[in-house]
Amino acid sequence: MSVLDGIKVIELANERSAFAGKLLADMGADVLLVEPPGGDASRNYPPFYKDEVDPDRSLYFWHYNTSKRGAVLDLENDADRAQLQSLLDDADVLIESEPTTRLAVLGLDYPQTSERNPRLIHVAITPYGRNEPLSDLPSTDLTLMAAGGPVWNCGYDDHALPPVRGWGNQAYHTGCHFAVMSVFTALLARLESGRGQFVDVSITAALNVTTEAGSYNWLVNQTTVQRQTGRHAAIVPTGETQMRCADGRWVNTGVPPRFPQEFAKLLAWLNTLQLDFPEKVFIEMGANWEGNFNLSLIGSDDTVTAIFMAGRQGLATIAESVSAQAFFEGCQRAGLAVGVINSPEEAFEDPHFVAHGMQVPVEHDDLPEPVVYPGPPFSLPKAPWRISGPAPRLKRT
Amino acid sequence: MTSALGKYRICDFTGQLAGAGATKWLAAFGAEVIRIEDPTRQGRWDILRGNPPFKDERTGIDLGGAFNNHNTDKLGITLNLKTEKGKDILRQLIRVSDAVTENFAAGVLERWGFGYDDMRRIREDIIYVSNCGFGFTGPYSAFKTWGPIVQAMSGLTHTSALPCQQPAGWGYSYMDHTGGYYMAMAILAALYHRERTGEGQWVDLACTDAALTLNGPALLDWTVNGRGLAGADQVHSNRSQFQPMAPHGIYPCAGEDHWIAIACRNDDDWRRLAALIDQPWTAAFVNLDARLAGQDALDEHLGRWTAAQDKFALQSQLRALPIAAAAVQKPQERIDQDVTTADFGLWPEVQHTAIGAVRVDGQPVHFSQTDWQTTRGGPCLSEHTQDVLTRLLGMTSKDVAGLYEEGVL
Repeated sequence: MSVLDGIKVIELANERSAFAGKLLADMGADVLLVEPPGGDASRNYPPFYKDEVDPDRSLYFWHYNTSKRGAVLDLENDADRAQLQSLLDDADVLIESEPTTRLAVLGLDYPQTSERNPRLIHVAITPYGRNEPLSDLPSTDLTLMAAGGPVWNCGYDDHALPPVRGWGNQAYHTGCHFAVMSVFTALLARLESGRGQFVDVSITAALNVTTEAGSYNWLVNQTTVQRQTGRHAAIVPTGETQMRCADGRWVNTGVPPRFPQEFAKLLAWLNTLQLDFPEKVFIEMGANWEGNFNLSLIGSDDTVTAIFMAGRQGLATIAESVSAQAFFEGCQRAGLAVGVINSPEEAFEDPHFVAHGMQVPVEHDDLPEPVVYPGPPFSLPKAPWRISGPAPRLKRT
Repeated sequence: MTSALGKYRICDFTGQLAGAGATKWLAAFGAEVIRIEDPTRQGRWDILRGNPPFKDERTGIDLGGAFNNHNTDKLGITLNLKTEKGKDILRQLIRVSDAVTENFAAGVLERWGFGYDDMRRIREDIIYVSNCGFGFTGPYSAFKTWGPIVQAMSGLTHTSALPCQQPAGWGYSYMDHTGGYYMAMAILAALYHRERTGEGQWVDLACTDAALTLNGPALLDWTVNGRGLAGADQVHSNRSQFQPMAPHGIYPCAGEDHWIAIACRNDDDWRRLAALIDQPWTAAFVNLDARLAGQDALDEHLGRWTAAQDKFALQSQLRALPIAAAAVQKPQERIDQDVTTADFGLWPEVQHTAIGAVRVDGQPVHFSQTDWQTTRGGPCLSEHTQDVLTRLLGMTSKDVAGLYEEGVL
């Protein structure tokens, strides 16, 4: 069994909240996706299965709606609304991202539904919170990321270039992560109290507390971080960390060598590759250093500074002569936390992720071959994650 | 108000953000989270302890602003696990805890004699959640990561970019935050499973796996259609990747480094925006196909129009239409001047024993019955050792004083 087996979730379709429903459904919850007549708008988002434009062929919709069942209900219609009410009478969780007053007008807001089903956990995932009028204005993942703080932190050293939004619906994902944490927390609380509750998740608030130093530097001493290429936005500029390798792919070099044993391994690697450059002598000094470096002397002590500059240069010299993957593995064996900048599909095909079971084939009964989906973010060994089936097909009337 | 998680106790080895962020949520909802730190290294296995930012320019091991931010409402004790007595105290603590949490490199806890099998012998139904960059299995399990490396390996850095530029990546550890969220889910899910079945378990969470799942539609485009994102200049992450929208971007405004995000979701949005702009060039972009085909030119025109305007004034004008628009907010603007975060109570002020009063990140949710509360700052080194050992393990103050002298605490 999966961890949420037996938990009934009603989800009112919305692209902002779909990922929360997917996470719960893949953990075993019985999630019923309620769509309006004609289906949720995201059924029309590309990419499409073999480019066939069809509400049942959107790969976007497929991804966000695995393991769910589907129903079409017109909430403006009395009979359909009554049907949703009776579904909620028997549900454990409601997930929705409706306008601020819509459910109250329909007689389906928390005060009314909880009267009939006190065990219901009602989770609203909205742009600025359930009662904030801004939640009713148009917004997209991009505008929420700009308002909520992430965009300010991301971009390039050259500030003539616009700041950058991290790609891939991460505003919606962040709101949904907090929604799922909330569902589990409320389920545990319900075991004690026997009662459900209303949970108000604000997506922009979620983003505001997901910007690391951007927020806490201001909170602690009112300083403002500035964006930098490929590395943390910072108060004081830091050294570049991205390098392009011999095969044209990029790596993130993380923190350059700081300990004598790291310099020793770097030196050994340079020697194996038969790479020489004038400053290599400082790497030798670093490798033979007695005890640990006093890191606070970087920048003031000439020898220590030269050793650390040479460490960075040693990495750059190796990067120019090997592939990104070889650079990554070699640095990691030297004890340096370095990473290849993979595209999503390069990561997906990487043997490590394949070994972790991150390629999950799912049967679609109307397709000749299974479709391969991304696997679990985590899985409980005693109650495993599982895609129980593909996204529901649109019920057409 | 009662607390949601008040009956649970966590024996917490987490550090940095990826681990500490997870148990911060549990503590805010009332769980008793006991941070265990190494006295011989002054708790420095969490590099944030004693690191900037500092309030009032006071520096020291108890004064790190980031550490405080991630460890609110937790208790802190020291235990020297190189000593037999230290190990014995840890065994006693595990016996009275529901879960053990850590985000060390794979195998560290096991080398100290506290692998999952060891802990299960102490308490059969113990929950153990580890959050490790590459997990405990697979070709890279011995390799090290931190946020930017997780983001690089999993595809999140590559997809954050402007055309003809190297990847911009994320200007902070998005995956330390998000790895922490998944770790919190894993701890809560395992607690829920134990409540229903009585079983404990070990969840081996690999942060890079969690990160890989955050580009789902792009991965399906790869597995189904064979279309990938490798190679130069395929990513323009300020544009809309799935729903076709244009304009959709971040445009300059008046003043130094001021920007605004604007998205037109459909032709109606565009008609309203074009009427406001009221310039002849808009006529070339009446329908979506034209706007998508000429998106570079459209962005240039629009950027010239926004460049002379104040970002907040323009935001008000666009929202009145209404068009999806938001100023790119700087920290000061979203923390001190944005009523939506203030009204949400997002920045609670905590009392920290050494730092004093300081604001921290709150939780972006509210529960109607058992809401979170964040009042206490992160623990000073060993601040609650005496409290925990006397209250939970029945030691006397004299026992504790002796253990400090022996170097166990």
